[in-house]
Amino acid sequence: MGTAFCIAALLTLLGGVGSMCFRNLVHCAFALAVSFVGLAACYLLLGAEFVGFAQVLVYVGAVAILIVIAMLLTRNIESKHEPLVAGGWVMGVCVAVLASGSLILCVVNSSVVQGPVSARPTMSTRALGEQLMGDYVMALEGIGLLLTASLIGAVVIALREKEER
Amino acid sequence: MSPLAQCLSFSCLLFGVGLAGALTRRNAILVLVGIELMLNAANLNFIAFWRFGPHPEQLTGILFAIFSIGIAAAETAVGLALIITIYRHRGSTNLDDLTSLKG
Amino acid sequence: MTTGLDQIFVALKHWVVSLCPTGWQSIVSMVISAGAILGVFASLFGLTTLLERKGLGRIQNRPGPNRVGPFGLLQPLADGLKMLTKEDIVPRSADQLIHFLAPVTMVVPVVLAYAVLPLGRNMEAVDFDAGLLFFFAAGAATEMAVFMAGWSSRNKYALLGAMRAIAQMVSYEVPMILSSITVVMFVGSMSLVQIVESQSGYHWGWLARWHAFTPWGFAGLVLFVVSATAEANRSPFDIPEGESEIIAGHLIEYSGFKYALFFLGEYLGLFSLSALGITLFLGGWHAPVVWLEWVPSYAWFFGKLLGFIAFFIWVRGTLPRLRTDQLMNFAWKFMLPLVLINLGTAALWWYTGSWVFMGAAVWRWLICAAMVVVPYAVLGRVMFERRHLGPRTYRYAS
Repeated sequence: MGTAFCIAALLTLLGGVGSMCFRNLVHCAFALAVSFVGLAACYLLLGAEFVGFAQVLVYVGAVAILIVIAMLLTRNIESKHEPLVAGGWVMGVCVAVLASGSLILCVVNSSVVQGPVSARPTMSTRALGEQLMGDYVMALEGIGLLLTASLIGAVVIALREKEER
Repeated sequence: MSPLAQCLSFSCLLFGVGLAGALTRRNAILVLVGIELMLNAANLNFIAFWRFGPHPEQLTGILFAIFSIGIAAAETAVGLALIITIYRHRGSTNLDDLTSLKG
Repeated sequence: MTTGLDQIFVALKHWVVSLCPTGWQSIVSMVISAGAILGVFASLFGLTTLLERKGLGRIQNRPGPNRVGPFGLLQPLADGLKMLTKEDIVPRSADQLIHFLAPVTMVVPVVLAYAVLPLGRNMEAVDFDAGLLFFFAAGAATEMAVFMAGWSSRNKYALLGAMRAIAQMVSYEVPMILSSITVVMFVGSMSLVQIVESQSGYHWGWLARWHAFTPWGFAGLVLFVVSATAEANRSPFDIPEGESEIIAGHLIEYSGFKYALFFLGEYLGLFSLSALGITLFLGGWHAPVVWLEWVPSYAWFFGKLLGFIAFFIWVRGTLPRLRTDQLMNFAWKFMLPLVLINLGTAALWWYTGSWVFMGAAVWRWLICAAMVVVPYAVLGRVMFERRHLGPRTYRYAS
């Protein structure tokens, strides 16, 4: 893979590590946004333009903003007197290292990845639209319902009850 | 390493980072941030298999990634609404303070 | 001759690229496109700051800047010098890195969005298959910049302004994107070049086939322009930066060149949204009537863009500012239903395009126009009657 992909991957990993390590919560959210942008660059370099643009639009433009607003609404931004991590953090890191290590081992030693590298596929948005409305129309309707339900649910859950004053 | 193996190992690394964060940080919102990183790593897996797999003209990987992005957005919205409500009831988003199921 | 004049910039670019060695040609081509876009729109920004002040001045019965140069034409130069030489004050408790990066995060995505706009025949920088999605993705990063600016200033008013600005931008993104989706549905492609090309040709031999000349296109244009005004934080939606309300909101702690960058980013965003509106609804670089086809395509594009800028300046000088809750009500309760109904109208227009009986065109226009006007009137009436206007009460200091 070219140097551009390496740079994008490095940016994503640094953003991910940063979002898990910073003490200040809002810095974590910004590092997460950086890692989303890095991932969008990875998608563009792999030839999936639509997903890259959708990633920026949805994740950076909506999810990161949601996370930041939720951080502001819960007012727990900078806690200097509390330790950074929970008590059993060593176990957590060990579990994560084990999980990712075993996954990488499986990937590197498997036969699936040994195949020939095909040419860069071209994806037209029209083909994507035809598949969405053709083979995957039930999934499309399902995700529409899901998004509507989650929108209504989120509004109802976070609604300030009026009688609790 | 073939390009597919490189992409997959990178996504496994990212998954590990997200998992480590979700398991170790105390703040509930940061657990959600870790979950987002894990979902993104899985998306990258799908796109990598679409790019280097046998049938890229079927667009399966891309469609799965698009649906996954939509579902992640919905799940983030509901999860954050829950955290905000919990903060209003309990006064804290620290996971160590949210240890009792009693209301 | 007119074709030569029309394609003069394209020919110039091809000539310069052909002078370079083969390995460098793609890079030189990209650099020329980017440099041309930056140069043209940055000078348009300078011109607009002057036009705005003079226009607002005339609306308010005063001359506007007229000291620096003839008719005040060198005022943008003076403004630029002032911004460059002002002291860059950063609060000591501000988050230094994020405070520094916020103007950059504002300007870079906005400039990136210009890459897909067709400024003339064959004059787009890149032709993406999903160009419209790229445009909206580039605009979504602006909200992050606004929040970065507001939060890093460690100022209550900045944070409040940033929250309001983000709420406004996110709320108005929905009608904007949905009204653009109407055009995509009608044209069948998300590529901006193809959207412009679908508006070529002439009705009855003389009137252009712009989308704005159809009922759904007209409603879509109005909804798009209103959403664009709100997205660009432009009056009457400029609560985030209204001087009498919150004194520049999320930009309070910015001075000197960083403020100039935010200003630049906001105006460039306004230009790019106007350009998108022109591309989607007003035929891009096409002429309105067939007799004026000889005017070069980029001249039409920039003429329409200047018309939009004049419209925005006019609206700014005329309408009072909306309050935040009025703004949000307007977006979610008025514009969103209208935009969704507009989708149905566009579908109906497409479906009734295949009617061939006598008087089909009249019926088509009647039904689609009714679908545009009736919800507008009903929703407007419902929202007007919901306003609880009681008798005005006064509170005096005791």
